[in-house]
Amino acid sequence: MLSSRLIPCLDVRDGAVVKGVRFADLREAGDPVRLAAAYQEQGADELVLLDVSATPEGRGHALALVRRVRAELSLPLTVGGGVRSVEDAEALLAAGADKVAVNTAAVRRPELLEEISGRFGAQCTVLALDAARREGGARGWQVVVRSGRDRETLDAVAWAREAQRRGAGEILLTSWDRDGTRRGYDLPLLRAVASAVTVPIIASGGADRAEHLAEALEAGASAVLAASILHDGDVAVSDLKRELAERGVEVRL
Amino acid sequence: MSEILVVPTGTANTASVLAALRRAGGEPQLCGEPHRVARASHVVLPGVGSFGAASSRLDRHLRNALRRRIEEDRATLGICLGMQLLCLSSEETPGARGLAVVPGVVRRLPDGRPLPQIGWNRVEAAEGCELLESGEAYFANGYALQSPPRHWNVASTDYGVPFVSALELGAVLACQFHPELSGSFGQALLQRWIRKGAISC
Repeated sequence: MLSSRLIPCLDVRDGAVVKGVRFADLREAGDPVRLAAAYQEQGADELVLLDVSATPEGRGHALALVRRVRAELSLPLTVGGGVRSVEDAEALLAAGADKVAVNTAAVRRPELLEEISGRFGAQCTVLALDAARREGGARGWQVVVRSGRDRETLDAVAWAREAQRRGAGEILLTSWDRDGTRRGYDLPLLRAVASAVTVPIIASGGADRAEHLAEALEAGASAVLAASILHDGDVAVSDLKRELAERGVEVRL
Repeated sequence: MSEILVVPTGTANTASVLAALRRAGGEPQLCGEPHRVARASHVVLPGVGSFGAASSRLDRHLRNALRRRIEEDRATLGICLGMQLLCLSSEETPGARGLAVVPGVVRRLPDGRPLPQIGWNRVEAAEGCELLESGEAYFANGYALQSPPRHWNVASTDYGVPFVSALELGAVLACQFHPELSGSFGQALLQRWIRKGAISC
């Protein structure tokens, strides 16, 4: 039986791990190579590294960082942030990524998913989808891009469906409303996307404790992403996985 | 002296494979020259991507080199799509030919669960396996060999249906999972395979 995955996420800016609330107020949270090694040791199933640098220099740091992480890491590594072309994806894979996550550029030009998937396969192509609840009491979720700066009219569930059709093999679904808040994942969002696609979903945004992770998996996620709670050292990956096992969730211990 | 070659298939997560082989004590090089592939002590055929695209990248000379070294029981490792390429063909790309070293056809995993299968699953090695052991390994596949081929030692895994998660015969090893991404389980398997090839060459 396939285990549910727990995936620590490293948001990296100019070579250092940062974490904020609702994509803003970023603060430094440690050395990425050291954190990656620690999470591997604690039993992480996979790692995600998102480069949130805004400059070309920062991007250069990110490639060097992927190489350093890869030398140590015997787990799958997904890298995203600023991927605009097949060439960007190729550079990340050559540096040691196993999967590439695309976000803003795919919203602007959805063919990018077909291009990356056609070249490297669906299992290598991750759509990073950031979704925010519609304002003013309207139903549903809209896509947000540029690290949360722009709200699109695009419906998040419809975009997930289209991304799968265009070749995404996995969806990293982040709730903008819950990101960094520790109030639990946006479960209705997860259920809505899970019922619209057949590819695996990684739930992201809002985790505080094992109960939240279990809820997300119950709502249809194949994996759960966590950042703040792990970086702050409040809890170890191994603790969370043991608690999930006690709740009857199939995990790799 | 061991010479470990990784065939550049153009689509694979080659950097991860190279890093894992280095951690396992090897000094791998990227090389797809048929005459070297035929003779090296160890050759890895990695692969992510589609069966058809990868199949079309293997020209006649490279196919012959790979077939010959497998017939001669030189240490050869097919990973994920690299395992599927050892088979006859795949439902993923009808008409595209594999190396036909393994007498089996690769089929799509059944609907009803998330596809592709992505994540850690249980590998059960059958009795008689020398390299393969039971444990948990990382998979990323939508297709798999679903009936055990004759003469090969197999490991099996379940994802809606039982499928062949690895094969071994002498120093030839093929894994549907990714040993390079399977933590200490994968690392130990790579070490056993490297050792086996160093003895048999």
